[in-house]
Amino acid sequence: MSFMDILYFIVPSAIFYAAPLILVAIGGVFSERSGVVNIGLEGLMVIGAFVGILFNLLFADTFGGMTPWLALIAAMVAALLLSLLHAVASISFRADQVVSGVAINLLAIALALYLVKSIFDKGQTDFISERFARYNVPFLSDIPVIGPLFFTSVYNTSFFAIGVAVLAWFVIYKTPFGLRLRAVGEHPMAADTMGINVTRMRYVAVMISGALAGIGGAIYAQTITGDFGHSTINGQGFMALAAMIFGKWHPLGAMGAALFFGFAQSLSIVGSSIPYIQEIPNVFLLILPYVLTIFALAGFIGRANAPKANGKPYIKGQR
Amino acid sequence: MSNRVTNLLVPIVSVVLGLIVGAIIMLVSGYSPIEGYAALWNGIFGDLYTIGETLRQITPYLLAGLAVAFAFRSGLFNIGVEGQLIVGWFAAAYVGVAVELPKIIHLPLAIIAAAVAGALWGFVPGLLKAKFRVHEVIVTIMMNYIALHVTNALIKTVSEGGDRTERIFASASLRSEFLENLTEFSRLHLGLLLALIMVGVMWLILEKTTLGFELKAVGFNQNASEYAGMNVNKNIILAMVISGAFAGLAGAMEALGTFEYVSSKGGFTGIGFDGIAVALLGMNTPLGVVFGATLFGSLKYGALNMPNAAGIPIEIVEIVIAVIIFFVASGYIIRLLLLRAAGKKKEAK
Repeated sequence: MSFMDILYFIVPSAIFYAAPLILVAIGGVFSERSGVVNIGLEGLMVIGAFVGILFNLLFADTFGGMTPWLALIAAMVAALLLSLLHAVASISFRADQVVSGVAINLLAIALALYLVKSIFDKGQTDFISERFARYNVPFLSDIPVIGPLFFTSVYNTSFFAIGVAVLAWFVIYKTPFGLRLRAVGEHPMAADTMGINVTRMRYVAVMISGALAGIGGAIYAQTITGDFGHSTINGQGFMALAAMIFGKWHPLGAMGAALFFGFAQSLSIVGSSIPYIQEIPNVFLLILPYVLTIFALAGFIGRANAPKANGKPYIKGQR
Repeated sequence: MSNRVTNLLVPIVSVVLGLIVGAIIMLVSGYSPIEGYAALWNGIFGDLYTIGETLRQITPYLLAGLAVAFAFRSGLFNIGVEGQLIVGWFAAAYVGVAVELPKIIHLPLAIIAAAVAGALWGFVPGLLKAKFRVHEVIVTIMMNYIALHVTNALIKTVSEGGDRTERIFASASLRSEFLENLTEFSRLHLGLLLALIMVGVMWLILEKTTLGFELKAVGFNQNASEYAGMNVNKNIILAMVISGAFAGLAGAMEALGTFEYVSSKGGFTGIGFDGIAVALLGMNTPLGVVFGATLFGSLKYGALNMPNAAGIPIEIVEIVIAVIIFFVASGYIIRLLLLRAAGKKKEAK
């Protein structure tokens, strides 16, 4: 196997694994930029994955090829509603945001499995029949080198995820909304003084994170696993959280980190059939994203500064 | 209403609300909550055997709860109890299968190995927090996944490609014929005793030693502690190490008591995460942890009876637990409502 063949093998699968991570990590960026820590991303992804699969199974006959896309909308709505719970607890009820996030994670997996067992009478759902189509992008796939790497047998969802990342960068850094969002996360009292409604901004940000995490979960389930069970989303949400930190709370940084983690994930899965890489014990590839995140946090890979007010409830009139 | 009373009422109200939400979910999905909770009750207290098994289930929760509570008291949030438990489980089982020694040496050695492994897993986030001000929450979450993958790989190596290790030698086991006979041959083991001793140890450390005083001081206010001449960094690392050791012991309970082996895992055990709930419910005091662990251990074991006796998925109990954590975390609003209710009563008088 030549070096190029290896690249043709790995790069598309890395992008494929990265797409859900990108979306969820961007969701995390929105939430944390507003000053609300969202450990609950994992749980929001779980609900997205569950609702996506359920919708797909129920409506595959009705909507045909459109089903996976419509399932994304259903998953988005469901995860958005669940994220409201986190918003109410951490913004209005002044709960410890990390504890509330942990509760969201536990609740989501328990609720989803409870419903799976109630509906299907077994531990996991059936496999979906309608999947996202892979195809070759016309013209672009004919370009030598780049064509086979990026434009041959790709999923639309990958382009969608990258599009969302660019859009998020524009929204957060180039619009008044983004400026307010960042202000609320850095110094809520100053923002409040300037007439920004801190509570509303934070609610909106957490809801965006819920929506994106839901879509990410549904994409993961509908492209990678094809059904839903207790281990469908096994740490993907935390991996996205890691990507967000590794990307320094910046949408494009988060995308880059997610692509890298996708690369690591695909290596650990397809690595056994690639020379040189199959010599490395699998466990090193499995723990790579987590170890790198710890290094990134410790400042060995450039200092990352979290939004200043991240994790603190804003209490009006308190200094 | 005094502060002490509201402090006690918040967890109680949370538990009641959790059970109510569980009942509503059962009702909505067409099950009978009365049947469900009856099955849960029988699953906990049905006969001597179930009581023995319930007590066995409480054991690791006691230690996991202590681990989270101990870190909390020093102002640290240890979500890594799960990972520390997993490496403790592996370390104890490894010592249990690798050598055969007289019981008096073997059992303590296996227990200490688990505590050391857990402590090591807590040392990393503690060190990073102390040296680089890295938030311990994210590091401990990452350490959980590293623990999961690394122990799975080690189990494969130790068992020469298999999915679980051999059974540990009897000389490393916590099994006790006396406790088994007492409870109609449940798997209740001596670990319960060890866990209760650890509750006392945590109380001693926190209330009777200089170290405990410093740890609590750092938890209250780092700057003030620094000014008072305490070594804040040393205390942060120590707190995480001790917390990790408690978590490692929780793993030893599974390795030397309940299962007597370690198998590779597809996901987390959940005990470490439930430890967060146990600690919160117990307001991070040693005695509170005993109550929290008793509640969660009972719920977890009793839930196993629900599918058979009432046809209800056991996940309903997980939902109840999550809701309880949610309400305990939102203690502020419950306090506010309690105060308002108390105020109204006064006006009515």
